[in-house]
Amino acid sequence: MDFNLTEQQKMMQKLFREVAQNEVKENAADVDESERFPKENVEVMRQAKMLGIPYSREYGGAGADYLSYILAVEELSKTCATTGVVLSAHTSLGTWPIAQFGTDAQKQKYLPDLCTGKKLAAFGLTEPNAGTDAAGQQTTAVLKGDHYVLNGTKIFITNAGEADVYIIFAMTDKSKGTHGISAFIVEKGMPGFTFGLHEKKLGIRGSATSELIFNNVEIPVENLLGKEGQGFKIAMQTLDGGRIGIAAQALGIAQGAIDEVVPYVKARKQFGRPISKFQNTQFQLADMQCKTDAARMLVYRAAMAKENGEPYTVLAAEAKLFAAEVAMEVTTKAIQLMGGYGYTRDLPVERMFRDAKITEIYEGTSEVQRMVISGAVLR
Amino acid sequence: MKIVVLVKQVPDSTEITVDKNTGTLVRDGVPSIINPDDLAGLEAALQLKDANPDIKISVVSMGPPQAKGMLQETIARGADDAYLITDRRLGGADTCATSRTLAAALKKIGFDLIIAGRQAIDGDTAQVGPQTAERLGLPQITYVDEIIDVTPEKITVKKSLEEEEQILTSTMPCVLTTLSGMNNPRYMNCNDIVDSFDKPVHIMTFDDLDLDLSVVGLAGSPTKVHATFTKDVSAETKTYDMPAQEAAELIAHTLKEKQLITK
Amino acid sequence: MAKFEGYKDIYVFVEQKNGTIAEVGYELISEARKLVASIPEMGYQVVGVLLGSNITDKAQEVITHGADKVIVVDDELLKDYSTQFYADALTQIIKEFKPDSFLTGATVLGRDLAPRVAARINAGLTADATKIEIDTEKAKDGEALLLVTRPTFGGNLFGTIVCPDTRPQMATIRPKVFDMAPADAARTGEVVTFAPKWESTEPQVTIEKVVEKIIEGVDITKANILVGAGRGAEGCLDVLQACAKELDGVVCATRAVVEDGYMDKSLQVGQTGKTVRPSLYIACGISGAVQHVAGMEKSDMIIAINRDPQAEIFTIANMGFVGDVNEVLPLLVEEIKKAKAA
Repeated sequence: MDFNLTEQQKMMQKLFREVAQNEVKENAADVDESERFPKENVEVMRQAKMLGIPYSREYGGAGADYLSYILAVEELSKTCATTGVVLSAHTSLGTWPIAQFGTDAQKQKYLPDLCTGKKLAAFGLTEPNAGTDAAGQQTTAVLKGDHYVLNGTKIFITNAGEADVYIIFAMTDKSKGTHGISAFIVEKGMPGFTFGLHEKKLGIRGSATSELIFNNVEIPVENLLGKEGQGFKIAMQTLDGGRIGIAAQALGIAQGAIDEVVPYVKARKQFGRPISKFQNTQFQLADMQCKTDAARMLVYRAAMAKENGEPYTVLAAEAKLFAAEVAMEVTTKAIQLMGGYGYTRDLPVERMFRDAKITEIYEGTSEVQRMVISGAVLR
Repeated sequence: MKIVVLVKQVPDSTEITVDKNTGTLVRDGVPSIINPDDLAGLEAALQLKDANPDIKISVVSMGPPQAKGMLQETIARGADDAYLITDRRLGGADTCATSRTLAAALKKIGFDLIIAGRQAIDGDTAQVGPQTAERLGLPQITYVDEIIDVTPEKITVKKSLEEEEQILTSTMPCVLTTLSGMNNPRYMNCNDIVDSFDKPVHIMTFDDLDLDLSVVGLAGSPTKVHATFTKDVSAETKTYDMPAQEAAELIAHTLKEKQLITK
Repeated sequence: MAKFEGYKDIYVFVEQKNGTIAEVGYELISEARKLVASIPEMGYQVVGVLLGSNITDKAQEVITHGADKVIVVDDELLKDYSTQFYADALTQIIKEFKPDSFLTGATVLGRDLAPRVAARINAGLTADATKIEIDTEKAKDGEALLLVTRPTFGGNLFGTIVCPDTRPQMATIRPKVFDMAPADAARTGEVVTFAPKWESTEPQVTIEKVVEKIIEGVDITKANILVGAGRGAEGCLDVLQACAKELDGVVCATRAVVEDGYMDKSLQVGQTGKTVRPSLYIACGISGAVQHVAGMEKSDMIIAINRDPQAEIFTIANMGFVGDVNEVLPLLVEEIKKAKAA
């Protein structure tokens, strides 16, 4: 069991750290405050070729490993969780299904633009009445000659409007339940495909989260991803990988909060000495770092399992459950250590606290992760 | 065309401090970086390569074995290969000996254009570039802040002087020394990081250089360090409560004494 | 018997442009005079070296500024600065006249020329020095060892460099560190003209055009002296600017001042602004909240002026002054002006 990063992973980590600290950090507060999509960060990621890390060079990817991609989400999320989820949704939710389930023609058509960052990708499963119960899909796709006609609405879609390529799930045969769900590659600009309400959120406020509205959108049959009826399987497998990305986002938020607190407690003086000299501060920090490191082990383990082709559904669920809860705990304590200053929007920890909450919710709530884990334990 | 970029690994001197209590240099935890002027030179070369993919970029450094990692990072930014000149016998070199060593290596490596950073942020001499040019018998243009055009016969650059800028042309090959701030150096990128593990960082030692031992390293260095001392800092704090005029006089007096008031 | 047979005197390269002599040459001549005076037993002279075209009549001006002798190369090829021709000429002068020490201003020109010459003759060259002395003990044995002190590691460390085994001992010296003695029109001296043998008169580098230099915005993280404004200084920001200008420094501010709209965000120091580490930080009307202090506490020297004797800034200031900035600062500007004039 090797707990060390390879030389290549260390070099990747150095790059991601430089990008996060030198570029992303500076505008993180503004991205949050003005609820704007961080286009400039996407541009930097494009230049650093970070948008296709785990995909093969044949399609313009870096040909690196899954853990390298996870390191990117972690480092970005240390300074801006919004940017972390932009990369995560693009890489593991939007691009991965095409790389995994696409035909050669689909891969040739979509992957080069996605891996080089010329285009962004997104994933649309959730509906107003189908959250955790994904089988309740009301979006339908009806085959008519050489195309499907897509109708319905998706909500809470990350990268909505900013992405050019969407993986959309719809019922092709309602009578078959989850086996009647199919996946489609839908492009921005297809007639009848529009974006609805832009959500106003507690955290990750720069992340574009909107409704997708499909009104008689004609999807060519060649854009069916996998076979008819494989949609649910594709969705679940995609989310397994996506969860490692979100776990990495949570991990980054937690470590980012600690990184902010440490210089503060050294500088802040009360009763004539830095508050870092008080045992409460010391013990709180010890717990925060210890739990964050534990989360890191779970996250990296899940990423390595995925990279090595081993089962990772349960490992991903464990990583996401634990890292998300650690992110909440650590950011809460970080604010407490910084007192009134920590509660203000002048310092970034209150943003990290707000950003952390979503990691317990999206791509499967913590309750869903517990279902997955307990299911495996009790099998 | 083959461009050779000379780089040096340096401690990030903006992170170095003098301990206010002990008066000693605090170097612990100070990261090693690619010298900023050199990184600008590499970026300038990479931009030439962006425009003309036939250009090959070799990066050359002289330093301890751990500088190999920095050289690999230059490949991860887009350079084609790199050379590390490393040998205990070359240690302790001043600019006179360093330029001899670099010139000997450059003759082996080959070049059509040499780009070096204007100066390193640890030594701040700005001498290695011109002295290497001298030893290779090449023309030099120092303090370059833009490369305007390059052909196999002629190069056109902008040089930054105290109060003006000059557009200069030089015959080729030549040596340029570049200024940080002339461009925004690109980051490494994931694709080139992966490839950098398949591209070589060649190691060169004294034995590869056709030089006499007496002209390299400490022995070949005419300048010697006589003494070193850290800058004057103090942790002492004192608060004065005095009339405004006296306060102003005391401040001005102190600043003059500490040479913080210049003509 | 002298250790270095035939090498004597302190030579100073006198930089000129279009016939106007740069002050640094005279600053170095003035300092060289002090150096030769410190070792009277050596009987050294101060020699100016003046290269240019139609420049011979300027030699007398160099003498009035303290040179005993001026070596002049007056040649059309030297009209504008050229590394090639200047290095050729200077190398031949050094070989012909054997200076014991050779000083050049650490200007863009000096730092282009001196290394080239030093490499050609394999002489030791110390860069960008801020202090020069001669070892007076060694002078008693007939050796004028030059002790050249220079900052390294971003000004944190100073090194004193010597060249014990080679001559000339070369150094480039930063402009404005030495005072320029007033000209003495009565001074007399020798003017020697020298005609170098050109290896080639074909220039390798040509000046195509001279263009105006665009001055970029200030970067407070690179400033050596910062004058910081807190809320207490919002009423006298013009005086703050004047103070920074007199000190050749830059102004910066706390978050409050930036948010009140008095200064640009790029000038903000602190946790949500920039981290600075200047040689001198003058904190004006700054209370010392952790938000600000985190960004400037590593300054080498901190001087604070604040009305409130309990202000937190006084716990980190090397010199703290309890007083109203609006009163102290204008007086300080006057005192600085006086100190500069003295």
